[in-house]
Amino acid sequence: MMRFLLPLAAFIVLVGFLAVGLGLKPREIPSPLVGKPAPVFQSPRLHEPDQILSSKDNLGKVWLLNVWASWCVSCREEHPLLVELSKSGIVPIYGLNYKDKPELALQWLGQYGDPYTVSVVDPEGRIGIDYGVYGVPETYVIDKDGVIRHKQIGPVTIESLEKKILPLIKELQG
Amino acid sequence: MIPELGNFSLILALLLALTQGTLPIIGAARGNLSWIALARPVVQGQFVFLAIAFGCLAYSFVNNDFSVMNVARNSNSELPAHYRFAASWGSHEGSLLLWVFMLAGWSVAVSVFSRHLPDEMVARVLGVMGMVSVGFIMFMLITSNPFDRLLPAAFEGSDLNPLLQDFGMVIHPPMLYMGYVGFSVAFAFAIAALISGQMDAAWARWSRPWTTVAWVFLTIGIMLGSWWAYYELGWGGWWFWDPVENASFLPWMVGTALVHSLAVTEKRGSFKSWTLLLAISAFSLSLLGTFLVRSGVLTSVHAFATDPSRGIFILGFLVIVIGSSLLLFAWRAPKIGLGGKFDLVSRESMLLANNLLLVVAAGSVLLGTLYPLLMDSLDLGKISVGPPYFEAVFVPLMTPAIFLMGLGPLSRWKQASLPELVMRLRWAFGVSMATALLMPLVMGEWKPMVSFGLLLAFWVIATIFVSIRHRLQNSGQGSVFTRLARQSRSYYSMHLAHFGIAIFIIGVTLVNGYETEKDVRMEIGSTVEMGGYTFRFTGASPVTGPNYSAMRGDIEVLHNGEKIRVMQPEKRTYNASGMTMTEPAIDTGFIRDLYVALGEPLEDGAWVVRVYHKPFVDWIWFGCLLMAFGGMLAVSDRRYRLKINTKPIEAATEEKDGGRAPSGNRLATGGKKG
Repeated sequence: MMRFLLPLAAFIVLVGFLAVGLGLKPREIPSPLVGKPAPVFQSPRLHEPDQILSSKDNLGKVWLLNVWASWCVSCREEHPLLVELSKSGIVPIYGLNYKDKPELALQWLGQYGDPYTVSVVDPEGRIGIDYGVYGVPETYVIDKDGVIRHKQIGPVTIESLEKKILPLIKELQG
Repeated sequence: MIPELGNFSLILALLLALTQGTLPIIGAARGNLSWIALARPVVQGQFVFLAIAFGCLAYSFVNNDFSVMNVARNSNSELPAHYRFAASWGSHEGSLLLWVFMLAGWSVAVSVFSRHLPDEMVARVLGVMGMVSVGFIMFMLITSNPFDRLLPAAFEGSDLNPLLQDFGMVIHPPMLYMGYVGFSVAFAFAIAALISGQMDAAWARWSRPWTTVAWVFLTIGIMLGSWWAYYELGWGGWWFWDPVENASFLPWMVGTALVHSLAVTEKRGSFKSWTLLLAISAFSLSLLGTFLVRSGVLTSVHAFATDPSRGIFILGFLVIVIGSSLLLFAWRAPKIGLGGKFDLVSRESMLLANNLLLVVAAGSVLLGTLYPLLMDSLDLGKISVGPPYFEAVFVPLMTPAIFLMGLGPLSRWKQASLPELVMRLRWAFGVSMATALLMPLVMGEWKPMVSFGLLLAFWVIATIFVSIRHRLQNSGQGSVFTRLARQSRSYYSMHLAHFGIAIFIIGVTLVNGYETEKDVRMEIGSTVEMGGYTFRFTGASPVTGPNYSAMRGDIEVLHNGEKIRVMQPEKRTYNASGMTMTEPAIDTGFIRDLYVALGEPLEDGAWVVRVYHKPFVDWIWFGCLLMAFGGMLAVSDRRYRLKINTKPIEAATEEKDGGRAPSGNRLATGGKKG
């Protein structure tokens, strides 16, 4: 009888590990960029392509960099939250329009609202490479000294805003 | 409207599955004939509603209904129609629907081809399959409904991942799922045996063809996946020990052990509880694979988008299905007993040893796959386990297994004589040894690992010859051909599948030993030499596809000064997602592949070009095909037809529609329709 129970025992151990594993997030490899200066970029603006925005201009304020694209369905999930956040005026949100076509991007902002102080374009994904973007959307919290303090992979949610992003911004602004 | 219809059908299918999973089993326990008789019609009804649901999803994809979330995320109006159809199973939700649809297909096949089985047995088998179906449909309806709407609708979909835009996507997942799901039949037979406490040779004979067919599908599915990775990913590799590849390989290994263990149970009545445990394990590993891919506990190129609620649901489902099966096993298996006895040197003992080696190998692969998770949950850091581990563990375990594979078919059941085996096989060993030592010299360079791999392959081939020769000497009078014709299909099927293994080993050994690879900068007109071939780059030009734009390189291939063909690898950029993909060009040959992929563009029209010469690489997949053919030949064996002929009325109807078509074949086609 005992040996017939062995497979079950092995399975129970396995389930224990799988249950713990569910709470872990293997994709959340701690970004090596957190705590490092944000890569500097100079890129044309989405709305005024003949004007260049330099990320150095943002030194001295806390800001969010949100990576988005019109082809990204998940971006639509977080978008209403971003619009609301920008209306509240707590923190300026800069958009990085990633591997997108300007006309589609503008049409998209027209439809869903534009939360961005400025959006810059990254048609080839070069800036994305510097920032280690591996999925859209991603959001970076950057402090007054231009250092990345937090990276959110995937859509911003109410929970992540309230628990992590807003308190961090308050602390950094303080 | 159409998606709502699909959703509604899915709910109806759930209700039928609930009925299927309860009443027939209770009926079988209480001897209630009308409840037992319910099993078949309910199964068929469930299949119809799942077919409608699947049809609705496919319709939404083909007609670009971007108001369905699933379609908006995984399709695009520029996507060619056959990929839009295949995108139906490109996402987590859609692939689940395909999974249950196939489960229903297998259940219908069981309900149709089981007329010669006792009705209580059929009721229990179908009941178990119904319970599995309940779990999956509920999973879909609660956490991952493929028909969820997206309102307001998207203008355009985000497109199917370009990696999946390939013919491989159209056939690889259905084949693989047919294999995974097919093991549910063996599983259901095992649970039915445990519930009823009856397990005899007839039971093994019933479950065997079903298991073999599932194994054939899984073999082909894995082969297609490997081939697809080879020609699509542009890295020139054919197996990466990725967690999801392992998730398909685990049930394959245990399924292979099960196929052999069932043979012993049928012929000798031995290995009974072992066979039951393997049947439970093969399907449990299929379910575990589903969990690993969809719960986000492991990272993999294959992993679907994840969501913790899904993980919890599947884990709960795993606990119920696998946990209760193993509990049932622990409770009932001691009654079923171990079966007949056998000597230390006998065919049984060799099959048992091989079984154990396969299971240990599966265990090691499982350990390697889960190791990152184990480390992470014990807070020992984030690590990844790569091919070096798997190769170091897998090859030494398979070496004795291959050696035994040669011995087994020549040994007698119950009691074999070791000296006699040695006598009979000394030539086979000598010949394979000599060939293995000399062959690498023909290839140009002697390498110990190549010689070793070839030794295993030639050993298998030589023992097949010895076995057939020995068999013919003992098959009475007549010419060689009449004596060859006298052997059963199952006998040949075994040798064909084993021969497939030998071909596979030759392919793996030679491609690992002798492949060459060059990453070169090629100006227009420049050449590179490799493996006796000259590649001349004549430039790259833009081309436009249905949903991508690409640069296409032109590379002339010369052999002995003659131009043999032009290869046109592409570098594609997909419009919707902006993703770039490398589309290599491959010249396939019997003894070698030439493989060219475009790297990055340089100035003045020059490109970085990657060129491979891969000797015997196609033998890898050809070997898998031979294994699969072996399996198909096995299910077409005469004795499965005889089984049906014992009931004259049914035999008459069989004759009408199928002529002399062997039952196994019909079994296989019945399954494919699902």
